[in-house]
Amino acid sequence: MGDIFVLIISCIFINNIVLAQYLGNCPFLGTSKKMETAVGMSMAVIFVLTMAGVITWIVDTYFLVGLGIEFLRTIAFILVIASLVQFVEMFLKKSIPALYAGLGIFLPLITTNCAVMGVCLINVQEEYTFVEALISSIAYAVGFGLALVLFAGLRERINIGRVPKPLQDTSIGLVTAGIISLAFFAFKGMV
Amino acid sequence: MAKTLAQEFSKGLWEELPPFRLVLGLCPTLAVTKSVENGLGMGIATTFVLVCSNLLVSLLRNVIPAKIRIACYIIIIATFVTVVELLMQAYAYPLYLELGIFIPLIVVNCIVLGRAEAFASKNTPVYSVADGLGIGVGFTLSLGALGAVREVLGEGTFYGMQVFGSSFEPFTFMVEAPGAFVCLGLMLCLINLAGNR
Repeated sequence: MGDIFVLIISCIFINNIVLAQYLGNCPFLGTSKKMETAVGMSMAVIFVLTMAGVITWIVDTYFLVGLGIEFLRTIAFILVIASLVQFVEMFLKKSIPALYAGLGIFLPLITTNCAVMGVCLINVQEEYTFVEALISSIAYAVGFGLALVLFAGLRERINIGRVPKPLQDTSIGLVTAGIISLAFFAFKGMV
Repeated sequence: MAKTLAQEFSKGLWEELPPFRLVLGLCPTLAVTKSVENGLGMGIATTFVLVCSNLLVSLLRNVIPAKIRIACYIIIIATFVTVVELLMQAYAYPLYLELGIFIPLIVVNCIVLGRAEAFASKNTPVYSVADGLGIGVGFTLSLGALGAVREVLGEGTFYGMQVFGSSFEPFTFMVEAPGAFVCLGLMLCLINLAGNR
């Protein structure tokens, strides 16, 4: 039980997917201008990443390693993720329209979100067991959501302030992200 | 409309310089630029994928049905990424270990898919190759420049060679994650300043 707890803390805070592992930066900067879009994106990522992490783990363990074709991992994973996103989109549209309307345009964007692909690869490279892969996928996704929502809050505030012209928008966003990342850096001492 | 080959190539070097002008492909930009060598290596690998996928997408642009084009592009890109991965394992193993997870992640680099969709699917193969090469070279140079700043300040070295005397105390901040964000943000500011004249 203790190991699982350490894994959760380390995935959310210490190895935060955006701020320490440099993954998923495009949606991090792209969808953080408004709080609503940030929350929508976070939800979509948590939903898809959990499923993708589990399914790619199963595909890798029983199919790729079983047949000795690990070199096809990149192609196999991106196909799994792309079709999963498509499938989730169709399923939600049909059966849970309210949730579909909420996640809306963020779902297709997730295919090229490198956080999803990255976590799937990390799960396999670290040789996690099934339960660990499940937990780490959820925890990384929560970490992504946490960073995105924090960042969106700061960005909404910054947009009101007076920022020098060349620094506006993405530039000041990156500097802000650097400072949040510095705050998360302090967690490194915890484990 | 009629642009020359040279124009298609050179727009990637300034007008559409990837991580700065088009804010795409940030993850590799931030992650691998701890040193000049890593930055250039990543840039060259991405350029290879970009040129090959642009060429193939352009050749197949009349064959691929519009509805499933994105899926087709992703498969083409993933194939070339696998090629790069295997080539690097064979000929540049230390660099492969250093770049690690970011080699397979070229698949989800928005620059590659972006060029396939925005350019190669509408233009002839020769122009698509020129476009891919231009964007790729621009990306490589940007990564090299960012890597140079971070390596010189963070380690006190340039391409592994000592720059300052032994009394220099490196800013370790620059080679860690927070430094990457701040450094890219400030470079973007400089580029904006130069471009808005």
